[in-house]
This record gives sequence, structure tokens and C-alpha cells, in this order.
Amino acid sequence: MTRGVVGILGLVVALAAGGERAGAQGSTAAVEARRVQGNVYLLHGAGANIAVQVGDLGPVLVDTGMAERADDVLAAVRGLTPKPIRYIINTHADADHIGGNERLAQSGTALQPRGVATVGAGQGLRAEIIAHELLLNRVSAPAGERAPTPIAAWPTSTFSGREKDFFFNNEGIQVIHQPAAHTDGDSIVYFRRSDVVAVGDVYGTTSYPVIDAERGGSIQGMLSSLNFLLALVISGEKTEGGTMIVPGHGRISDEADLVEYRDMVTIVRDRIQDMIGKGMTLEQVTAARPTMEYDGLYGAAPGWTAAQFVEAVYRSLHPAGLSQRR
Amino acid sequence: MRGHMRSVERAGLTCLLALVVAAAPASAQVLISGDWVGLFHEDQPERAPGPEVGDYLGLPINAAARQYADSWDASRLTLPEHQCRAHAVPYINRGPIRLRIWEEKDPLTQATTAMRIFLSTYAQDRTIYLDGRPHPPEYAPHTWQGFSTGAWNGSVLTVTTTHIKRGWHRRNGLPQSEQTVLTEHFYRHGNYLTHVTITDDPVFLEEPLVKTTNHILDLNTQPANYQGWLVCQADDEVPGRDPAWVPHHLPGQNPFIADFAKRHGLPFEATRGGAATMYPEYLKKVVGATR
Repeated sequence: MTRGVVGILGLVVALAAGGERAGAQGSTAAVEARRVQGNVYLLHGAGANIAVQVGDLGPVLVDTGMAERADDVLAAVRGLTPKPIRYIINTHADADHIGGNERLAQSGTALQPRGVATVGAGQGLRAEIIAHELLLNRVSAPAGERAPTPIAAWPTSTFSGREKDFFFNNEGIQVIHQPAAHTDGDSIVYFRRSDVVAVGDVYGTTSYPVIDAERGGSIQGMLSSLNFLLALVISGEKTEGGTMIVPGHGRISDEADLVEYRDMVTIVRDRIQDMIGKGMTLEQVTAARPTMEYDGLYGAAPGWTAAQFVEAVYRSLHPAGLSQRR
Repeated sequence: MRGHMRSVERAGLTCLLALVVAAAPASAQVLISGDWVGLFHEDQPERAPGPEVGDYLGLPINAAARQYADSWDASRLTLPEHQCRAHAVPYINRGPIRLRIWEEKDPLTQATTAMRIFLSTYAQDRTIYLDGRPHPPEYAPHTWQGFSTGAWNGSVLTVTTTHIKRGWHRRNGLPQSEQTVLTEHFYRHGNYLTHVTITDDPVFLEEPLVKTTNHILDLNTQPANYQGWLVCQADDEVPGRDPAWVPHHLPGQNPFIADFAKRHGLPFEATRGGAATMYPEYLKKVVGATR
């Protein structure tokens, strides 16, 4: 078995183990709420970041954090509103983003239970869980096979096209599929009146982007998604604020922060592409340290090192793809 | 030692501040409110026309900062999303700047709760809280001017700023990271205001970067002296360009990086910066190398 395959298996194991990587917050930290702007809040400390839209009709959650923090997340939501959770929207299938699905959905109540909304758990009173269909494919399994997550955590309302829109709590909500970015089932969630977009692991401030090729991610898809986001967000006065971004991990951001990240990913992609064009092996590329100046910013995330990022980009760009050996 | 100013430098700065503090009355806190204009007797070539590409002289940058700047292409500034960016607080004070400083008062107690600063460059606003509030958590947004708290130490206002956006240590691509913590000392002597900045950047500096900037009180400020800027509209400076394109130089392929050394007859190594290049003894090394 090559070291490259070992590296990929290591990532798969890490993902299966709960997504405790890429800047995931420790499991003992308090779950804290902070208003982003408009009706949207950030819940921090439950693994991945959680965005919560609060309104008269009840809260909407974007992601649910790690399973073991679900009660803390629920308490934090209760601190924002006494109303039951109506919708959960998942940005992708990592366990640190969907781990609380089951508990939080069970705590809530769909505003208008629909047939499709009750398929997952068979309970009409749960909150609806919305996600792209490819996410459902990742967390479920064909009949007769063992699914990686319990059925009660599965999405109950999926979409298969580019986008799902709905209007809730007096604002439009766009759930927009980002194909082949972190995974093939990524979505971003844009709260239009609040002007806040929750982006899952398409963007973060604490690690290099995790390109999960085994689940359909790619460097080109990641860059396409980052550039899509740049086109979506608008800076406020004096080039700060405006559209606010809730990343999968790290701090609340705006366009200026996103630009730095997009630039970094583009520059690293270009360097590795150039090295591949020169016939350099993965070992040679890694030794050349194409991320060197950014490692102090993004290279210390648990479970997703600079070398892993370089390897993922290399394999994503190399004509031989995943099978490329060292 | 990385992340720490040489002890002699730190001690010197401490002594300087101690002298200033000692010279002030015990009642301390002086009035620094007013309109102040920057004096340009220090580092004028960098501050007005701007630094040359490859000029890293006298900055305690590390290898990561050097590679970042070597890769930087000035054409990056033509991208719409880069055009309107402000300077971050560790750098903005060396610009062609005017300051308006005023005090925020508690209406009941009349205690000063905050100092406010309006900077003419990019029309930036700062609030320096003096009410003892904590800094926000790390996951709070970063801004160009960061989050500042301060306290009077005798007649010196000392300010600590965190939550600063990515900026520059020098505007030729030398980066300043979001992990930067800025310490400032404001002290007034007569109609002059001296502003000391100590920039700690664990990502891109080997040692803290210390600067002083002087301002003079302007009693005849006109509104037009300040830049009115509410909306900056980015333009499409290069029509037809792929919006996903990011200008940069591949490692080792920046053709301009040695031009500064050649133009000024300097050893290339000296232009590369680093903590050692800040100190007088480095001159002996350079002179020795050029003989």
C-alpha cells in the first residue's frame, strides 16, 4: 500500500470519526451565541459553526454541530428564542456539521409537516432537514446495506438541482448547491434580508480547504465555489461589513477576508499545476512547500495539514487523478 | 527570539516612555483631542510615493513574509475586489494622514469612556474603549482598524488592538496577518503628538516592528482637508479578464525582485529584510560584503 493511499484512508477515517479536524472547536468549549447581523446568529463551540435565523415562525439552523454537543446547541438556541426549531439545513455531510441533526430535529416541529418531511424519522412533528440530494446519498445507504448515519439524522427534504428557495421569517432563503467543492453535496445558505451567507466548509479561516476527493470534492470545484461566493457577497462602506459570511470553521467574515482566502487557494493551485507541468512527483512538490507563506495561518488545523492539502490538490490536478502514486 | 523584541530595544522604549510619564504631572491624562497633521521627516519615500518592489529593508520579516511578497504582483490591486481596500491599523498611520481625536463622555459621570479617532486616509473610524470592556472572542469579525482598548498611564495613552484584518507591513506585498496584536502609545508634548506603534505579528515577523510617527496640531483645519469617502466603486480596469484570475509570480520567477538593489547599489541580501537588518551591527556585515 502506498503512502498516498494511506494518506487518503487517514482522511476517510478522520471524516468517519466525526470530522474532528480543520479547526473544529473542542468538545468541552461552551456553545456561545453571537449576532452576525439581521436575524442571523452564530453558534460557536459545538464543532463546526452553526448559523441560526431567528424569527416569529421559529428558528432555522444551518448545520447542527457534533452529536455530543446537541443538548448544548439546543440550550443556546433556546437562549435566542423559545420557539421550536422549524428547519435544519445541512451544508454537507461531515459529522461535525450534521452530528446534532437527530437530537435537534426531534426537539423541533415542522411548521407544516409534509409527507416528504416525515420520511426520515417517520415522525411528523420533527423539524424538517433540508439538504442536497447528494448529501442524502452520502449519509444513507441502499436497501440492505448499513448506513453511516442513523435514519433520524437524514435529510427529509432534498433538492437535486442548483438551488432551493423558500421564504421564512420574513426573508428569502436560498440554498445553493456547490458541486464538487469540499464534497459533491455541498450547499451554501443565503439569508437575503439579513445579508448573511453560511457556507459550510467551502470557506474557513482556520485551515486550508479540505478537499474530500473520495466524496466528490476537487480543487477546481472549490475555487469555483469561492469565486461564486465572491460574486454573491458585497462589501459594505469602506470595504468592510456588507454581506457577512459564516464559515464552516473560524471567525465571522466579509468579502475582504474571503478574497484573501480565494487568492491563497488560487496561488497554491497555480503553483502545483506548474510543478505538475514540469513533471514533479508528489514528493518533490511537497518538499518544495508551495504553501509555505500560508502555513502559519492555515497549516496548524488538527487533522488537515499543509502536506495533506498539497497532496489533495496534486491528486485533484494530476491527469492520473486519485490513482497517482508517489 | 521570534515574537519578542530584543531586550535592549524593549528596555530602551520602556525607558523612553518612563521619562515621558515622569515628566508629566501626577494627575496624568492630557488632552490629545484635536486635529493633527502627520509630519513626513521619517521614511518619506515609503510614505508618500510608496515603496519599491523588493524593498524589504529594515523590517523584521520572516521567510514566510518574504515568499509572500516575492509572489505578490502589483496587478493584484487592479482586481475589483482589491481596489477599494483600506490600510489596516498597523500601517495606516504612516500614510499621508490627518487625525481628528475626540473624547466620548459618559453623560452622567462625565468620565471619558472612549477615545475616537477619524483618520483621513480611507476615512477610517476608530474607537478606543477606556471602560475596561474585554476584547471580543476570536470568532468575532476582524476589521481594518480592529478592536481597541486603552488606558492612561500618566500622560501616555496606551492602546491594545486585536481583530485586525490582513494588511501590510509595507505596501509592496509584505503581509500583516490577522493574528497581529498592535500596541500603541500616544503622548503629547506641546503642539506635537508622538505615536509609537509596536506590531506583534507571530505569522510574518521575527520580532515586533516598532515605529514612531509625529504629528503637529492643526488649529486651522478645514472640512476639505479630510477625505470624504462613503462609497468606493470598483471599476473593471482590465476588460475581458477572467474574474477568477489572481495575478502573482510563481516562486523564483519574479523578474523585478532585484531591481531595487540594483538601482540603489545595495547588496541584494540586505534588501531581503529580516530582524538582523534592523540593527547597527548589520551595517558592518554589509560593508564587509561589498568590499
